[in-house]
Amino acid sequence: MREQLTAVEAGPIRVLMAKAGLDGHDRGVKVVARALRDAGMEVVYTGLHRTPQEIVATAIQEDVDVVGISLLSGAHMTLFPQVIDLLKEAGVFERFILIGGGVMPDEDVDALLAMGVAAILGQDTPPDDAAVLVRGLVAKRGARV
Amino acid sequence: MSESTQALTRLIEETVREHVEAELTAWEEQELAASLARRGESREQYLSGSRRPVKRVYTAADVADIPYEEIGLPGQYPFTRGPYPTMYRARPWTMRQIAGFGTPDETNERFQYLIAQGQTGLSVDFDMPTLMGFDSDDPKSVGEVGREGVAIDVLEDMDRLFAGIDLEQISVSMTINPSAWILLAMYIAVAEQRGLDLNKLSGTIQNDILKEYIAQKEWIYPPEPSMRIVRDTITYTAGRMARYNPINISGYHISEAGSSAIQEAAFTIATTREYVRRVTATGLDVDAFAPRLSFFFVCQADFFEEVAKFRALRRCYARMMKEEFGARNPESMRMRFHTQTAAATLTKPQPLNNIVRTAIQALAAVLGGTQSLHTNGLDEAYAIPSELAMKVALRTQQIIAEETNVTQVIDPLGGSYYVEALTRDFEQAINDYLDKIEEIGGTLPAIEQNYFQREIADFAYEFAQRKASAERTVVGVNRFVDQGEEQEIEVHRIDPTSERRKIERLKEIKRTRDDARVTAALEELARVASDPDANLMPATIEAVRAHASMGEIVTTLEQLFGRYTETPVF
Repeated sequence: MREQLTAVEAGPIRVLMAKAGLDGHDRGVKVVARALRDAGMEVVYTGLHRTPQEIVATAIQEDVDVVGISLLSGAHMTLFPQVIDLLKEAGVFERFILIGGGVMPDEDVDALLAMGVAAILGQDTPPDDAAVLVRGLVAKRGARV
Repeated sequence: MSESTQALTRLIEETVREHVEAELTAWEEQELAASLARRGESREQYLSGSRRPVKRVYTAADVADIPYEEIGLPGQYPFTRGPYPTMYRARPWTMRQIAGFGTPDETNERFQYLIAQGQTGLSVDFDMPTLMGFDSDDPKSVGEVGREGVAIDVLEDMDRLFAGIDLEQISVSMTINPSAWILLAMYIAVAEQRGLDLNKLSGTIQNDILKEYIAQKEWIYPPEPSMRIVRDTITYTAGRMARYNPINISGYHISEAGSSAIQEAAFTIATTREYVRRVTATGLDVDAFAPRLSFFFVCQADFFEEVAKFRALRRCYARMMKEEFGARNPESMRMRFHTQTAAATLTKPQPLNNIVRTAIQALAAVLGGTQSLHTNGLDEAYAIPSELAMKVALRTQQIIAEETNVTQVIDPLGGSYYVEALTRDFEQAINDYLDKIEEIGGTLPAIEQNYFQREIADFAYEFAQRKASAERTVVGVNRFVDQGEEQEIEVHRIDPTSERRKIERLKEIKRTRDDARVTAALEELARVASDPDANLMPATIEAVRAHASMGEIVTTLEQLFGRYTETPVF
């Protein structure tokens, strides 16, 4: 078991990038997906209009380290809690690092961080900073549980 | 022109060019060389926003071979200088701030406020469920009802949205795409209920489905049935609604998805070509509908390139309509467009700077000859705009229109060596893209092959990298950054009870309507839809009159048309 964990750790970081809800603004999610891929990570992008159920199922199936959810529909305070609840119900909330992206008022960002979202990227986050951030969060988490 | 006049013109051109080039060489060797020896320039190469090299200075030599007729006069083919002979001297552009949130009643209040502030046109922003064809009570709509725009489900909503507003007097633009035909049906039904003359209604539905597959990504059905719906709205309104634009072909979303100005312009002309091909294929004469085609572009930060973009677009469109589609009516050749300043240029840090960015972009749109304008709110990077943000944005337009005198002279940048050279360069770049798209097999195959999507994603990624490395300055973000406390601004908050109230009202309507009439109307709609040559509009109008909801209409056709899914590229 120990060897397996080390092997996983030594491998590339795996990231699921998802667009939740009904909006089609995919400029940001694609830029970040590409920056993470160029930084050597394995990136799975779900495409648009994913439900919280689909995102959680894909995260588990793809066995990723990080789940990045982008939405610019204003529904972040509805959809993020749903994702978090589903992860908790499945008993896997601790397994994933959850990151968000989009246009959100500051107090909503604070509320999401308090709920356990690790970081929120905005339209001015440089793409390479996203890669540094993900690496840092994965290193901090340590070996997968 | 006679042969001898042509020869004389060529001789004059050559003489001018030779003279100017000699002057330029002398200047480069003397004044410029001396100056560069003292102090070099800040960069090796200077590029426009679309990454086209620009020169240090432009001279008569750069425009010597542009035939005078290519520039011409306003209101005259090829309309480089503007679609109308009088432009803003007759009437300023329409000041059209988009608005929409919550329930139809809440948005109606915002409309009344904007009209009271001097706004001259309305523009409706819909919430994501409405844009995607879902009812407010659909499980997929949870958390999104009335968020990003107003929620519309049934005919009553459309009536409430425009309560107390005279639709014969004000033009109404509706930013709606895959479900546009249903909203058009509701709009027509409301107008008929109020006893209005359809020929007096002015405005537009966006209805530009091709750019949805390319950029904005709001879709329901696959491209073929979607194009049929667009065709039906164009052929239905032709001859029935003399002042109504059934489509607003849009580059804006292509740009906001991350494209360059050239890609925005070229891809919009490519989609236009496809629409015109489809509609003329029904046998409708190009002059019977082309005068009602309208357009929508962004105005980005690169001032002169944007002005040149608008001028090049007008010329390119005029030439295509005349030469390729054989239009004879000049109105079929003149491009009229709405402009919105570039939301993606606005920043969350130092939000007041956004007022300045928007003002400069708005000025470029006016100098480019726009017919209508939306200026973004300073709080765009936070949430949908507050009332105060919209007021400042509207005042920005009023200041340009009333205080600067830029409206007095038509196309004031026309004849500028730089702007004319840039306009020609821009038109050439559009044509290069159009050739490439034709090589792929046309607009639809290019969409299927992800050609546009990939081109846009590439430019967006490179732009993000340039911004990250501060090669591209963004004030307040990568330069002149504030240390310490961030500016606080008041943002618009959605009433948390709107969604529940909207759903309850929809359920009430579904409970009290005549179900037999709804069923019959939807069955008739399905029957009409199964004949690809039939027009969907009359059956849709009957369905909305029967209080069928948007979601029910969409689902009825989905059984025949299927649903589109994208293979994403990044």
